[in-house]
This record gives sequence, structure tokens and C-alpha cells, in this order.
Amino acid sequence: MSGDFNIDTAFFLKYLFNPPAIIWKGLWLTIWISVVAQALGVAIGLLIALCIRSKRAWLRGFGKFYVWVWRGTPLLVQLVLIYTGVAAAGFYKYPDIQIGPFTLTGPLQAALITLSLNEAAYMAEIFRAALSSIDKGQFDAARALGMRPITAMRWIILPQAARMVVPPLGNEFTLMIKGTSLLAILGIRELFGTLQQLNAATFRTFELFIIAAIWYLILTTIMGFVQKRLEAHYGRYDQPTADSKAKPGLRSLFSGQR
Amino acid sequence: MAATDTTPLVALRDIRKSYGDVEVLRGVSFDVHRGEVVCLIGPSGSGKTTLVRCINHLEKIQSGRITVDGELIGYREHKGRIIEDSETRIADRRQKIGMVFQRFNLFPHLTALENITVGPVRVQGRDLKTVTAEALELLARVKLADRASHYPSQLSGGQQQRVAIARALAMKPAVMLFDEPTSALDPETVGEVLEVMKELAQAGTTMIVVTHEMGFARDVANRIVMMDQGAVVEIGSAEQIFTNPQQERTRAFFKAMR
Repeated sequence: MSGDFNIDTAFFLKYLFNPPAIIWKGLWLTIWISVVAQALGVAIGLLIALCIRSKRAWLRGFGKFYVWVWRGTPLLVQLVLIYTGVAAAGFYKYPDIQIGPFTLTGPLQAALITLSLNEAAYMAEIFRAALSSIDKGQFDAARALGMRPITAMRWIILPQAARMVVPPLGNEFTLMIKGTSLLAILGIRELFGTLQQLNAATFRTFELFIIAAIWYLILTTIMGFVQKRLEAHYGRYDQPTADSKAKPGLRSLFSGQR
Repeated sequence: MAATDTTPLVALRDIRKSYGDVEVLRGVSFDVHRGEVVCLIGPSGSGKTTLVRCINHLEKIQSGRITVDGELIGYREHKGRIIEDSETRIADRRQKIGMVFQRFNLFPHLTALENITVGPVRVQGRDLKTVTAEALELLARVKLADRASHYPSQLSGGQQQRVAIARALAMKPAVMLFDEPTSALDPETVGEVLEVMKELAQAGTTMIVVTHEMGFARDVANRIVMMDQGAVVEIGSAEQIFTNPQQERTRAFFKAMR
């Protein structure tokens, strides 16, 4: 029966358990792009959220417009527009940027810019929701102690918002890891791009894309563990309940991921 | 300077405030001197809470002037006109004014001790070691020495309110404002909070207290300010107001309280 299927088991096992260096490189690229773009997305997203909450109408308008544009257009369109489109129109040609021993190529620059600006729109909404759920009395108490707005934000408001941000942030990061596979379209050899390239040389399409799926699953699963630790850390000041004392088991990993 | 004893610590002059068309304060004036305890009494909606919130500029006023220790609060004179002060200057002024809220508003992500130290450390930039030593003394003063490392969620209402009092005292304010400090408490914990406030008063702390606890007002207040519909009905010593009120409105209020 197995003869009817075109599957090379030996190839599959070799590439899964003894991957060539090119796959490790692709994996590493996927990880650092995800981490850097997510970190930038969080920082810019917080600024956008603060704009939306600002007393000044023009800042509010800017924040809302930003979220509207970036959430309302597909990531793939944003990627090709910011890289190919911008370069084609001659606005910016994306010359290589040298940072110490690292070279940031044009496609990588465009990828980081697009992913972080796109992510910022989603993080802005998450921060906005978290900030608006904080009791007004917390702001009163911070002001009454003589805290300036930035001091109150840093020491009182953000630490409380952080714990509400962590669960959706985990989801966002999972989406980010998976979303980096779109970068293959810019010719970036991250995990998916690398496997596509191998596919072009070997035509072991099924085996290679199964391997791609497995690697993404491993990354998002590790992410799930990290998220549980963070949630426990930020939830430490809650009264311990029977529910939260239960150790997060494997079961929790299979739920709630997009 | 000998003269400072006769100038009021807190001076309210013709304070007016409205929310839209609704006037909530209609020209309130009175003084509070150093070491004095003044209780604000009156029916709900008479503007007592709004008035104390105006004293540290948690609420803006439409006209009138508030000075604490001779300094204008929330506004400054500029070329003969009164304009709203900058956030930073308002924040600096608030350090002189301690405030205790009806719903405690402790910072849930900080322990009892950290709630007390966060102001002196983050606002006044003082050394954590010194501040911690002072904070532990304050905790002992409010009889919570054994609760230093508890989070607010692990404390009863009465305990939280006592931590909130210690938090305000840690800034070494010139005057303490209390906004119905026992109204949100279980009846059995009201006594412990009033006891702490009584000891503060005996130690010479200048206090402005919005309260419905007539027993406390009678025992502790130097003067009583009776308010109704955003205006002062009458001001007098505790003895005079309780035994011989001059105004019909005050008599009706006491009758309704019973």
C-alpha cells in the first residue's frame, strides 16, 4: 500500500532529527525576527495606546488612525508595499545596514519595520483595554502622593496593566512567530523560506512542510510555557485560591492558542 | 516666625465648582489652622467629598482660590490672571497634602510596606533604607507591624485603610485629608481606623475629615463645618454645633441622622 504514496521516510527522519545547518540558520532567523519585532511592537504599541488616551485631540486622532490603517490591511500587502513598493517608487532603496558584525539586509529592514508597526496596532488595542480597566482610584492615589504622570505610569499603572497584557501578549507572540513565515515572499530565508528553498532542490514537498509545521509547533509550545511563567509572576499579588495553586499542566498548552 | 501660627494652613476662598449646569460647590470659604481637626458633615451630595478633592486638585475648580501653607493649589498667577498650573508643579504641591480615600485605593501589586515606601522613594527620591525604617515605624503606629509583607488583597478593609493612612503619612504632609475613611468598611473594623485617626489628631496632625461618624466628629474635631447643597450652612466648635446648632438645616440633619 505504501508504494502508492510518494513519501521518503528516511529523508523525513534525516531532516527532522539531523537537520542541515541551513535549517538551524532559518530557525534562528525566525526566532530573532519574532523577538525583535514583538519587542518593538510592544514599545510602539504602548506609545500609540498612550496617544489614544491622551487629552490632546490630535494625538487621539493620530492613534486611532494608526490602528485603523494597520489593522485594516493585510500583513502580506503591508510587507510587499513597504519593501517592494517603497523601493520601486524610489522613496528608499534599503541599502544594507552594518550593525557591528551583523548585516541588516534590505528585506530584513523592511520585514522588521512592517512586522513591528503592524504588531504595534494590535498591542495598542491590548494596552488601551488594559489601561482603561484599571480602577480610577489608582490614578487618584498616585496623583495624591504627588506622582507626576510618568512616575505614576511607570510604578503604579503599568505594572498593573502588565498582568492583564500578558495573556493576549502570548497570543500575539504566537501569531508573530507564525506570521514570520510570510517573509519568505521577500526572499528572506527564515524557517519557512529555507524549507521552501530546500523543496525547490529536492521536491520532497510533503516531508519538508511537515517538518516546517513541527518546528512552528515546537516554538509556539515553548512560548506557551514562558507565558504561563509570566502569568504566574504577574498574578503573584492575588489572594491564593485553590484554582491558581494547581500547577499548570500539559493540558493548558493545548488550549487558547490561535 | 511667630506670624505663621496665626496664618491659616489651609485657606479656602469662595470655591465654586460645577459639572456642566450643576453647581456642586457654591462659594465655600473657611480656614484650617495648624494642628486643627476640622470635620465636614452634611447630607450626601452636599459637596463635602468634592471639596476635599479640590483641596489637592484632584478636581478643578471654576473660581475661588485654595492655598495650602501659603501656596496656591492647582493654579498660579500670571500677569494678574489666574491660570492652571503645570502637571509637574501641581504634583509637587500635592506632596504637602496627604489623602485617604473612601475605598482605600492601595496599590494591589505592592505589599503593605511597598505601598508606604513607593511615594518617598519614587516621588521624593529618598533612600530606600531610611524610608523602609520609617515605613516600619508607621506600620507599627497603625498597629500593623506584622503585616508588612502582605498584599492588600490579603488584608481586611480596616487594615487596608490603616495602611493607606500610613502611606499618606510617609510623605510627611502638612495636612491630611480624609474622604469618608470609614464608609466602605465593615462595622466591626470602623473602630480600629477611627482609633488610629484619633491618635493622629492627638499627636497634633492637621486634619480635614469628611465623615458620617458623628461620635468621632464630636470627640475629635476642633471645629465642624456643616454643608448642604454645595454651601456651608454653619461653622462652629464641635460642642456648639452638636449641643446648640444655630441653623434649622443643621438641626434637621441631626434629626434625620438618628
